[in-house]
Amino acid sequence: MTAFNQTLIKLLTNKKVVHYTFITLIFIVLFTMIKSGTIDRYISNLLIMVLIMIIMSTSLNIATGFMGQLVLGHAGFMAIGAYTAALIAILLQPYIESTLLLFIVSALAAMIMAGFAGVLVGAPALRLRGDYLGIMTLGFGEIIRVVITNLSDITNGAQGLYGVPRIMTFPIAFWTTVIVVALIFLFMNSRHGRAILSIRDDEIASESVGINITKYKMIGFIVASMFAGIGGAMFAFKEGFLAPSSFGFMKSVEIFVIVVLGGMGSLSGSIIAAIVLVFLPEVLRSVNDYRYLIYSSLLVIIMLYRPQGLMGTKELDLTQTKSKAIQFWKNLKLLPGKIKLLPSKIKALFLKWVASIRKLLKLNQKGSDC
Amino acid sequence: MDLLVQQLINGLTVGSIYALVAIGYTMVYGIIKLINFAHGEIMMFGAYFAFIFAFMFPFDLPFVLIIIISMVLSGLMGILIERIAYKKLRKAPRISALITAIGMSIFLQNLALLIFGATPKVMQPLITGDPLILFGYNISRLTLTTIGLSIFFMIALTLFVRKTKPGKAMRAVSQDQEAAQLMGININKIISLTFAIGSALGALGGIFYAMTYSQIAPTMGVMPGLKAFIAAVFGGIGNITGAMIGGYIIGFIETFTKGYISSKWVDAIVFGLLILILLVKPSGLLGKNTKEKV
Repeated sequence: MTAFNQTLIKLLTNKKVVHYTFITLIFIVLFTMIKSGTIDRYISNLLIMVLIMIIMSTSLNIATGFMGQLVLGHAGFMAIGAYTAALIAILLQPYIESTLLLFIVSALAAMIMAGFAGVLVGAPALRLRGDYLGIMTLGFGEIIRVVITNLSDITNGAQGLYGVPRIMTFPIAFWTTVIVVALIFLFMNSRHGRAILSIRDDEIASESVGINITKYKMIGFIVASMFAGIGGAMFAFKEGFLAPSSFGFMKSVEIFVIVVLGGMGSLSGSIIAAIVLVFLPEVLRSVNDYRYLIYSSLLVIIMLYRPQGLMGTKELDLTQTKSKAIQFWKNLKLLPGKIKLLPSKIKALFLKWVASIRKLLKLNQKGSDC
Repeated sequence: MDLLVQQLINGLTVGSIYALVAIGYTMVYGIIKLINFAHGEIMMFGAYFAFIFAFMFPFDLPFVLIIIISMVLSGLMGILIERIAYKKLRKAPRISALITAIGMSIFLQNLALLIFGATPKVMQPLITGDPLILFGYNISRLTLTTIGLSIFFMIALTLFVRKTKPGKAMRAVSQDQEAAQLMGININKIISLTFAIGSALGALGGIFYAMTYSQIAPTMGVMPGLKAFIAAVFGGIGNITGAMIGGYIIGFIETFTKGYISSKWVDAIVFGLLILILLVKPSGLLGKNTKEKV
């Protein structure tokens, strides 16, 4: 029994094991639920939307959370990714049978195109900081939208692009998201990620210790936009229809709210916030009219009272529950005994409370006597 | 030739509106270093106030009174927004304040959506009458009023900031808040005053905008708001004269693009211009270059 306990504790303290098992378990549960029909099509579509928003928010978190640069045009990169992937998939559909391969090819193309756009934005953006940068990226997002609307020969303009193959299945979406988030996580914990973090904390100080700010800002921008491109590709294959209006300023703000709510600089925060903010409007169907009102009030209230967001810059670490897990295990064993003790404990508490009140009354009487 | 004159007049009209709205952006930025994203929404609310008092009020009010009431209400709204959302964040990092401003902007937009509904309301021009003939060209009274009143208010504002005591206090606060406070200036009052004036002028711009395009919608503030912001950046943000000049320049660029190039690409061209300005001269036409200090 003790040997079993020890191996269990050892496994529970191993970061990789815990997280891989956790993710696989989630996948197995959700996948079987979808296959068996417990989760209907509507909810499984919503799940894919959650996954897309997770990719979008974690990628924006690189630029905004970790690098500290205000980016208000993330939907623009998403649009580029979505249109690239959709057009390439339409083109290649007759030649490639496997949907997985089709997805990989077009998602890679989307990634490259969005990354290229990231270079275009990043290069001038390096000269700006703070709010100016925010405005510039906002302007850039709008320009992308106008260009897509007006290139009606290719993108079918404002009417939207029809006939995109709807090849987005839950497993593909899930594992793409896992890979993307894992890559972002590894990237942020690498030497380069640390350099990007130092830019956020103090640009001048990090420059003076020899970090090439220009280079790392550029890298941060490109990585963020590349992953946004993948998110866009997933969006295209999920919807099967693309219109420029779905990538407006409000979309950028929506992604931005997720990052702010989850905590700028926390990937797990973004994931949690994405899950909450995609599901919340569906749960509160009756107040759908108030959706953006709630969004915006949330944004203001968070900034006023908890500017660091849900998680701040911390990550949710399942092994951090290491001590908690051990304790939980021990507590679980102690639980029956504790429950037995509970009535007597409550009784003791009650008696203590009564005694203190009596004491107080007596003191008062003494006070009045004097 | 006729077309050119027509475009010039249009440019002047649109430019006046942008200039009025840009002043609000630039004043607020000058004083608390915040891009007040909610300014476009104040402009929208100003137009709605005018609509309410012009068409839903039991009495017929004169045009001047409608304008004054809407401006005062919008000014109060500006003060309220500052007190609720921005005041606590004066010492916070600028990114937090900016996010709050974006949140405020979306909030107001959706508030208007709830109150007034999504369908745009038709705003009849409140100034009617035969067009006047100036130098052989027909110019509508609305256009003349827009241009005339805008210029009047801009001159009044310039005089106010340059010649009066509150104006002086305003300039002092924008230069150095702490020093101004030590000189006995009530900073909170001055910031409120700035928001009130900026919002009132923005509302005036909104009213003219609504009359020129003859409709009001909850989202109407977004695009002109952004363009007015571009105008403020163009002129050098924080500089009132710069904002006026920038407003007219953006107005002319927009109308000439619409008239001679293509109406589809207007937004892209104006935003492209913004990016270009930010790259070449981020401090704008009249702005001062600030050096970064460690």
